[in-house]
Amino acid sequence: MTTQEALFNYCLRLADNHLILGHRLSELCSKGPVLEEDIACTNISLDLIGQANALLQYAASIENNGRNEDDLAFLRHERHFYNSLLSEQPNRDFAFTMVKQFLIDAFNYYLFDELKKSKDLTISALTTKGHKEITYHLRHSSTWIDRLGLGTDESNLRTQNAINELWRFTDDMFVMDEVDKMLITDGIATDLNIIKTKWQNTVNGAFEKANLKIPEKVWMQYGSKQGKHTEHLGFLLAEMQHLHRAYPGVKW
Amino acid sequence: MENALNEKSFQDKIDEGISIEPKDWMPETYRKHVLRQISQHAHSEIIGMQPEGNWITRAPSLRRKMVLLAKVQDEAGHGLYLYSAAESMGVTRDELLDQLHTGKAKYSSIFNYPTLTWADIGAVGWLVDGAAIMNQVMLQRTSYGPYARAMVRICKEESFHQRQGFEIMTVLSEGSSEQKEMAQDALNRWWWPSLMMFGPPDEESPNSANALKWKIKREGNDELRQRFVNQTVPQAAILGLKVPDTDLKWNEAKKGYDFGTPNWAEFKNVISGNGPCNKERIANKIHSHKEGAWVREAAEAYAAKKNKASIAA
Ligand SMILES: [Fe+2]
Ligand SMILES: [Fe+2]
Repeated sequence: MTTQEALFNYCLRLADNHLILGHRLSELCSKGPVLEEDIACTNISLDLIGQANALLQYAASIENNGRNEDDLAFLRHERHFYNSLLSEQPNRDFAFTMVKQFLIDAFNYYLFDELKKSKDLTISALTTKGHKEITYHLRHSSTWIDRLGLGTDESNLRTQNAINELWRFTDDMFVMDEVDKMLITDGIATDLNIIKTKWQNTVNGAFEKANLKIPEKVWMQYGSKQGKHTEHLGFLLAEMQHLHRAYPGVKW
Repeated sequence: MENALNEKSFQDKIDEGISIEPKDWMPETYRKHVLRQISQHAHSEIIGMQPEGNWITRAPSLRRKMVLLAKVQDEAGHGLYLYSAAESMGVTRDELLDQLHTGKAKYSSIFNYPTLTWADIGAVGWLVDGAAIMNQVMLQRTSYGPYARAMVRICKEESFHQRQGFEIMTVLSEGSSEQKEMAQDALNRWWWPSLMMFGPPDEESPNSANALKWKIKREGNDELRQRFVNQTVPQAAILGLKVPDTDLKWNEAKKGYDFGTPNWAEFKNVISGNGPCNKERIANKIHSHKEGAWVREAAEAYAAKKNKASIAA
């Protein structure tokens, strides 16, 4: 693997995380519990897809093989997507959505904060800009964790259920392989073990404050970095890619 | 006697172009009329999110997906401004939503038509937002202050929507034969419902006279409809698409187009609940409102606890 290949792959991971999470959130547009929240979630979805767009453009330029950001989003198959397993999980209810957002926002918050220092100037620029948006996203989802955890018995129960269900996908975010090792040596990528410590502190703190518990003895699921996903991703892509694939090669 | 005096000074104000503010005296009929119109308008923005939201997850490029998300978000924002304007008349958002869910309050019947293909997203932006702008530009000077001010903010965003819709149609009509066919089909289905957006002919419109007298509206339905046709027909020509009206003809004398009569029986039928999507739009709205009940309760309980804690401290 060349550095270029590793960097291409690394950009796809960052981009796919945002694209798939943003897509899931966009499914909720017009379905929010209150209008203000509908607007907030659509806004966050828009930020995430916007960042994914920029990262895919960069990935395409690294690959330098005639593909553009839309080819990468709409013409890759499931096994070539590298978003975290957590990001592709369905919304189910508002508690699921917010727990998922919170766990990923906290991850992105620390990851992007580190990547600002990347020796790759484009990654540094994109994550610097992205971090500002993610700071707002994290504030938004943290507030909801607090509200839902401390609101009513029902909201606490639903949120606890969501945490119990989703927890098995959290470790997958921190997996590192050759791609990471190579780019860490070059000062481009960041050590996810460092991110994990910070992430755990934030998540523990927020849950404790909101009267929520991290489940014990959870069997973790892995695979996203090798493009091995849960069954949910295939359906998401079927919907997202269908129109683009139905009319090959045209402009939109 | 007092009432007659009030009414006189009210009408004088209107005639002088002074805006009516929430605390001002106003005839009950005026209040009802304005409130009904604002609430209808607010609900239209909100229900309108559904047919367009229908294509967010399937938008064919990342850029189109982002533009559509931003547009639907704008419409939600318009709903918010308008609900606030309605609230200035002393109703709560809950009451307004309740009226929508129970079918007591109406919304623009255009949103009871389905968005079947991607080209519909173009056609909706081009035609539906285009028609909405005609109305809304006029409403920037409507006599009720909060409504007029909401319109000023809204109009700025609507013209973007119209341009973006037209741009989608441009790309499609310059695209493959299948894309062009998709664009023509969308125009065929959206043209007449768009003309109906201006409401029935003035002579059959029960509220038109009062609306004009009180300067809630400043132009009649037919006048606005004519302007829309005049503006839109040349745009269709630029796209190389055919407007589905065999009576459409330039009339040099009136410097405008003559055009056919919309199917008003269909209009009445859709308004009274029998359009292709009436049931789904309201059912979806009620469903997400119900699904959100526990979230709203949690937020309220949390705010109450915080409040109590801050008082105790
Ligand atoms: Fe609008
Ligand atoms: Fe609009």
